Amino acid sequence: MSVSEPTTSLRIAVTVNGEQFEYDVPTRRLLVHFLRDDLDLTGTHIGCDTGSCGACTVHLDGVAVKSCAVLAVQADGASVTTVEGLANEELSPLQQSFHEHHALQCGYCTPGMLMSASALLEENPSPSEDEVKVALQGNICRCTGYWNIVEAVVAVGKASA
Amino acid sequence: MLLREVSYARPGTIEEALSLLAEHDGARALAGGQTLVNVMKQRAASPDVLVDLAKLGELREITVSGQTLEIGAMATLTAITRSSEVEVSRPILGEVAATVADVQVRNRGTLGGNICVNDPTNHFPPLLVALDATMTIRNSGGERTVPAEEFFVGVFETAVGVGDLLTRISVPAGGGDGMSGVTLGVHGTYVANAAASVVDGSWRIVLGCVAAVPVRATTVEEQLDGADVTEEAVRAAVDGLGASLDPPSDVHASADYRCSLAETSVVRAVLQAAERAKG
Repeated sequence: MSVSEPTTSLRIAVTVNGEQFEYDVPTRRLLVHFLRDDLDLTGTHIGCDTGSCGACTVHLDGVAVKSCAVLAVQADGASVTTVEGLANEELSPLQQSFHEHHALQCGYCTPGMLMSASALLEENPSPSEDEVKVALQGNICRCTGYWNIVEAVVAVGKASA
Repeated sequence: MLLREVSYARPGTIEEALSLLAEHDGARALAGGQTLVNVMKQRAASPDVLVDLAKLGELREITVSGQTLEIGAMATLTAITRSSEVEVSRPILGEVAATVADVQVRNRGTLGGNICVNDPTNHFPPLLVALDATMTIRNSGGERTVPAEEFFVGVFETAVGVGDLLTRISVPAGGGDGMSGVTLGVHGTYVANAAASVVDGSWRIVLGCVAAVPVRATTVEEQLDGADVTEEAVRAAVDGLGASLDPPSDVHASADYRCSLAETSVVRAVLQAAERAKG
């Protein structure tokens, strides 16, 4: 829907993890703050807050984006998936693979890693190691546990092949 | 981080966007936001009104019209990477788009947004000058076209003025193109680069990172025009280029080192372009 008159507050309709929400948000609010503070979905982390680290990665209409570099009002009418949307009763195969491959140490980057990796797997169900590395380029792990993370994603692809 | 309070509008038509940009002091077009939102956090930019272009679907189109590739200013870098029109007409654009930042940034970031920022370390300013691109700018008074060489005016400054909106980037199809340089990390911004393009034996060679705007290496172009492009010939043509430059020194490279990188980048870009021109 278009917004013809400039405003500092806007009612937005967003589907998050399959659930429909309508919220009045200040137009300056970042999507990551909307998810964490308004919807209490604190699985999405704020790392660098400069668009560099990828900890805040979510899917916006199916594509991986950094939610600290998107305004909440830019998600109006869109569908958002956060890390909370990956598992049902059980861990998703990707999450299970992270568990099995010890692909997290402190865990801070993990939600972003999972969202970038799941976006890749949606498009490319059995990615090569190099393809995984390119897909995860926007996600930084300060524990430097990249090797196990890449292995975990490749393993999910192999299992599904 | 909290942003400073900012008004927001999401026009449904280009005309509406142009009115909003013209009517409000401190209005700024919001494309993908991958630079703008982050510099707003740092207060390096503080627009009063954001004019979100997201609903202007026609600005996302990538088409071929006759012998010209037309890229809407709101086409994302991911869309350019995947576009068959780009691959057929000017594949270097997709290849370079795929090396900008990371997947998430490419999914949101747009070509128009990138060039309107005109960061001298970015990929597209020198490349678009080398490809002899033309930018179409609209405002409420009408439409004008600006050659890439005149589009980039200064650091973070372009020919897009108050009330203006960049709507598309037009690139002639064909040509052998190359781009080379040294980046900070594999897909980072450049420390120095060169883009080269040859069409029917005529060269356009452009340096990035050595000045506020892309710089054409005209002396090299003149020596290579119509010549047999061997590595030896390119090295001879490039000799002395560095001494004619006055690039900045910074933490990544001294001015002298940048001059040396510029020469090497030209050699590599020209050889790549020459190889591709053979088909």
